[in-house]
Amino acid sequence: MSVDFATVKRVARLARIAVSEEEANRMVGELNGILGFVEQLSEVDVEGVEAMTSVTPMEMKKRRDDVTDGNKAADIVSNAPVTDQNFFLVPKVVE
Amino acid sequence: MSELTSLTIAEARTKLRAKEIKATELTEAYISAIEAANEKLNAYIKVTPEKALQMAEASDARLAGGKGGALEGIPLGIKDLFATEGIHTQACSHILDGFKPHYESTVTQNLWDDGAVMLGKLNMDEFAMGSSNETSYYGAVINPWRSGGSNQQLVPGGSSGGSAAAVAAHLCAGATATDTGGSIRQPAAFTGTVGIKPTYGRCSRWGTVAFASSLDQAGPIARDVRDAAILLRSMASVDSKDTTSVDLPVPDYEAALGQSLKGMKIGIPDEYRVDGMPEEIETLWQQGIAWLRDAGAEIVNISLPHTKYALPAYYIVAPAEASSNLARYDGVRYGLRVDGKDIVDMYEKTRAAGFGKEVKRRIMIGTYVLSAGYYDAYYIRAQKVRTLIKRDFELAFNAGIDAILTPATPSSAFGVADENLASDPVKMYLNDIFTVTVNMAGLPGIAVPAGLDHKGLPLGLQLIGKPFDEETLFKTAHVIEQAAGRFTPAKWW
Repeated sequence: MSVDFATVKRVARLARIAVSEEEANRMVGELNGILGFVEQLSEVDVEGVEAMTSVTPMEMKKRRDDVTDGNKAADIVSNAPVTDQNFFLVPKVVE
Repeated sequence: MSELTSLTIAEARTKLRAKEIKATELTEAYISAIEAANEKLNAYIKVTPEKALQMAEASDARLAGGKGGALEGIPLGIKDLFATEGIHTQACSHILDGFKPHYESTVTQNLWDDGAVMLGKLNMDEFAMGSSNETSYYGAVINPWRSGGSNQQLVPGGSSGGSAAAVAAHLCAGATATDTGGSIRQPAAFTGTVGIKPTYGRCSRWGTVAFASSLDQAGPIARDVRDAAILLRSMASVDSKDTTSVDLPVPDYEAALGQSLKGMKIGIPDEYRVDGMPEEIETLWQQGIAWLRDAGAEIVNISLPHTKYALPAYYIVAPAEASSNLARYDGVRYGLRVDGKDIVDMYEKTRAAGFGKEVKRRIMIGTYVLSAGYYDAYYIRAQKVRTLIKRDFELAFNAGIDAILTPATPSSAFGVADENLASDPVKMYLNDIFTVTVNMAGLPGIAVPAGLDHKGLPLGLQLIGKPFDEETLFKTAHVIEQAAGRFTPAKWW
């Protein structure tokens, strides 16, 4: 399988990365190089093989559903580019 | 290099406990070494001398009271991927511009709890994506090693290139690093240092910037096997904040050093002999085999038939996980924001400006292989191949193999801005051909220096072990180190 210019633009949109025409053109070649490389996986017989979900056999740890942390609003917003009274500010979403 | 910075962690530990030296003197010696060298090597992207001296003074007070921890007063460098409270933490990316966490990663907290001193944050490939440390927003790291008679700048490998270069140039006593496809072992091999990627689940991932969560593991880069054992014991822990942290006590790895290899079975996988591999790598491998045989181990030829599929499977699984993990960098909660005409425009412009080329490339691949219609053909198939890769190892270990010996890398360190590698991303990816299988199977792997090539550059061997059997790796790597000797670059910086 390979990608064309339109697919690169669509994937960039899905990934929320703005790409110029020039970048998209360059990426067509690069991504096809990588997709060509991974194409060799199609020669592996995976019939009846389970897809890996956990590399180390382990039971998911569980804990009580209690609040153990919190009241740190000021810490949480302190690294944000734009805030107001412990809220993150974003461009207007709803008209 | 002053005498103090030439001490290994084990040597410094003895002198600190005997009160022959002070943690403050040792720390000052490293700060001076960094000031003198960093402009040329670019190993540190943030030096924290005030904090280092404060920590060293506290260490001296504890040592004076006979209450020092396992790493009391030992100055370390920290890869920029680990969250350090109130201190630059950006995974060497522009998108985390100005980020200073309000928390400390579990791995670094463990080190400080044992008395270690932080010298600063180390350079790395952006978000740990790279094999040459050239994708860093802060510029390439220069390998302290040079070819004999040449002043060409070489890469230290990546992604933990700053860690490896700083350890090799004695700009810290040891360093933290992380390994998703070879990012500890490849730079260790390129710089004549020792690096171990422990079993998945041995070190907590909490507070470590995520790249590919099912592959990422922290580990140390050190000057010798003993120092790596000392560091890993402190870094590893059982952590309730990481659900993939495994509930097993951390052994005293150092105690494994010096134990006999008699009766051990070392597997030699034929599939690690790849086309175009320099003759010197094969010779080095044979030398390693001879050393282990002389030490009493039995050498057994084994087959790991799915080896060649590990790297292509990795380049589906790792970008897929990365595209998901890196979705959080959106210009809202931390780091860089580039304004746009609406919220989507803001996201797209922020991510376009904040991520470097290699990171964008991987996010794009990950997004593509996870997108509707391709998920089964790429991602699920890759995860099935991963099961087969792991099964290859399980069959070998079930047949009685205790550890597997392979080369660490297919070449020695290459030049900065190598045009051949820059023209094709896949060529750069091939650097990890011997190391990536270990991440795919979640196993421990150690790279140990074993010799120099005809250019005078270090080459490493890799040992792969059973899950949570790091002790066997330390004991076997120690035998190689004893036979090969240690390798230090001639100082030019």
